[in-house]
Amino acid sequence: MTTLSDPPSESFQLSQLINDTRYRSYTFQFIALLLLIAAIAYLGSNLATNLREAGLNISWGFLGDSSNYDINMTLIEYDSQSTHLRAAIVGVLNTLLVSFLACLTATIIGVAAGVLRLSNNWLIARLMSAYVEAFRNVPVLIWILIIYTIMTAVLPTARNYLGEDPESDLILGMFAFTNRGVYIPKPVFTPLGWVVFAIFVASVIGVFAYRRYATKLLYDTGKLLPMGWPSLVILIVPAVVFYFLLGMPISLDRPDPLANRFNLQGGVSILGSLIALWFALAIYTGAFIAENVRAGILSVSKGQTEAAAALGLRPNRIMNMVILPQALRVIIPPLISHYLNITKNSSLAIAVGYMDLTGTLGGITLNQTGRAIECILLLMLFYLTISLSISAVMNVYNNAIKLKER
Amino acid sequence: MSDMHEHSVAYVRDSMLEQQPAPVTETGLVKWTRTNLFSTIPNTILTLVALYALIWLIWSVFPWFANGVWDASSIRDCREMLQGQTGGCFAVLAERWNQLLFGFQYPSELYWRPALAFILLFVAIAPVLFFQYLPSKMLVFTALYPFLAYFLIWGGSILAPIFAMVGLAAGYLVYQRFVAKSFAMGFFGGVIVALVALWILTSIPVDGILAMQQVESRQIGGFMLNLILGTVCVSLSIPIGIALALGRQSSLPIIKWICVVFIEFIRGVPLITLLFVANVVLAYFLPPGSNFDLIIRVIIMITAFASAYIAEVIRGGLAALPRGQYEAADSLGLDYAQAMRLIILPQALKISIPGIVNVAVGLFKDTTLVSIISMFDLVGMIRGPILASTEWNGVYWELWAFAAALFFVVCFGISKYSQWLERQLTTDHR
Repeated sequence: MTTLSDPPSESFQLSQLINDTRYRSYTFQFIALLLLIAAIAYLGSNLATNLREAGLNISWGFLGDSSNYDINMTLIEYDSQSTHLRAAIVGVLNTLLVSFLACLTATIIGVAAGVLRLSNNWLIARLMSAYVEAFRNVPVLIWILIIYTIMTAVLPTARNYLGEDPESDLILGMFAFTNRGVYIPKPVFTPLGWVVFAIFVASVIGVFAYRRYATKLLYDTGKLLPMGWPSLVILIVPAVVFYFLLGMPISLDRPDPLANRFNLQGGVSILGSLIALWFALAIYTGAFIAENVRAGILSVSKGQTEAAAALGLRPNRIMNMVILPQALRVIIPPLISHYLNITKNSSLAIAVGYMDLTGTLGGITLNQTGRAIECILLLMLFYLTISLSISAVMNVYNNAIKLKER
Repeated sequence: MSDMHEHSVAYVRDSMLEQQPAPVTETGLVKWTRTNLFSTIPNTILTLVALYALIWLIWSVFPWFANGVWDASSIRDCREMLQGQTGGCFAVLAERWNQLLFGFQYPSELYWRPALAFILLFVAIAPVLFFQYLPSKMLVFTALYPFLAYFLIWGGSILAPIFAMVGLAAGYLVYQRFVAKSFAMGFFGGVIVALVALWILTSIPVDGILAMQQVESRQIGGFMLNLILGTVCVSLSIPIGIALALGRQSSLPIIKWICVVFIEFIRGVPLITLLFVANVVLAYFLPPGSNFDLIIRVIIMITAFASAYIAEVIRGGLAALPRGQYEAADSLGLDYAQAMRLIILPQALKISIPGIVNVAVGLFKDTTLVSIISMFDLVGMIRGPILASTEWNGVYWELWAFAAALFFVVCFGISKYSQWLERQLTTDHR
């Protein structure tokens, strides 16, 4: 801020708008606002003229019309008589499904590759560098198409698995990899089966409760409870006991090679396009996550490890209690932005025909109804909502873990 | 005493032993293998698994390369020649390399033009990339290059790019004239003069004067399209990104919010939706009757996309500068434009180089997305005309490996360059 040495003259001169720092910022902002409004008005009038000439209008009524197309993978009930809106919701769910799966897998791959890249095993470290460089430097679209090619052109047809004397047997008697998708068994729950499932969920919660209790006991009294085998016991035993007590209420619906002459029947079939998208996104983003993990671990100074060792902590405790908490501070923010990238990149589904939101709303619905502006607006709105909410969560997290220095 | 000693103590050594080599297990290859590959049991297992995977990979890929057929007219020919052996059908690359690189519609007698433009690209960017070693006079060629490249690739009258150059030069002269007085005046004066000059000059009909054969935008394809989109969009988006980053850091609330909304909006949506906009929606917002090439609409949207990301990278660089630098600039009495140009941006941009390169590499990879809106870039060529043709339907691996290799070479090269540059630019003492 400039302070003038002599009081400003009473008469306001026009040149002050440019030369006086007190007014100049208003001038600039006014001009910017004017330009913005002019640009919007110009684009808006163009839009209005173009729409009028083409005999179109902006309306959302098409969302209520029946869609007249089928979707090869739906998580909720849907048929070609359903509305476009419902098709869009199917797309949203498919987007979220593949994003979730890819995020999970990418994290596992990325953490493993990042840690192994720092390993003192020369061969492994080199292999992991090769993996990271190979995948980071080739477009994800090419990876998606390569894996999709494997899924459709290399895998055998379902016919191979069919009949009394098939060319190839189901793997473990329940998995089949065909060019129409991968068949896996589907668990079938009777009502009692749900009881077993509930018990299993309860034991998962129980494991966490036990570990929490053990930690608390350790910090309060210094008494060390065993962690490993009790967790395992709590996790497995009740569910298994009740499973047999209730008469094995959960069965597997396996893909059956004999039920149908043309295709495998039963089980769950996972589309090749879903798998291609899922793995390509996971492996591609995993390479980026590996770099973050590596950078995060390297960012913890060696003095920390040495100090912890000097205190007498064992190596795995050093990792868990000293290195990781500090490394995570560096790893997590970019990790979340990679999750965001996965969600956005999942829109490449359209290249392999997986019906995510871009495939339904931005693809077939758009082409059928010709409502380009509305469809793309909705599409952008959806991705924007996801991005903004995730970055809001991330800001909260960043503030929570910020080093509180002063 | 000493006599006795000499005779009674037989084990006193009276000569030095020859220096022995260290044990075999503690030196050279063996030691290295033991510490780096087989130090512990888990390590040994990992090594063996990795070795197995590596050998299996080489075992399966090597015959594919070694038996590769380079001379055949179709995939059936290939299979006949291989007679059931494993082997790549690289004949597709030998036959269709021109389509993969230039697209299937670019006139084949004109291939020398984009090829020349590609070679000259290196001459043009060399003074930017290796500014420490090359005379800055070479930057004149860099400034001329865009017009030259346009002329070479698109052809048409040479007057069109010359007029564009003259218009921009006029703007630059005005900027030079006024910038000493006030940056804003010089900048906006230059922009206005350039626009007016361009508007006047483009209304002069130049068709057929000193012309080379014209090539339509839709005839451009293949890897050339990826390179054009990548280079053009990255170079356009860096200045826009700087402007957006400065706007976002600005103390003027309206300008700040315009920039924030733009950046967050662009970063929040996938590139493919922006390409849809370029493909089907953007035409609604342009003046009625105007007919922009799809390639120009795509360039607009990709540039907008890249500039939002670059703006965020540069904002990081601006935020990383110590507050003292801003205050020092103020205390020297520099105004905003001077402080930014002379003090802040040179340092902030230096910090941002790795980030900018990451965005550039990512953007170059993302140019493959244009294949989804049915432009025939490298991926579009492979998926469309080549794999759909009767001759080469089924030659997947050779084509995808070729595409992946091309992208790998370019992207890996760029990231190696940025690491080198980062080392060159470190001025802090370690």
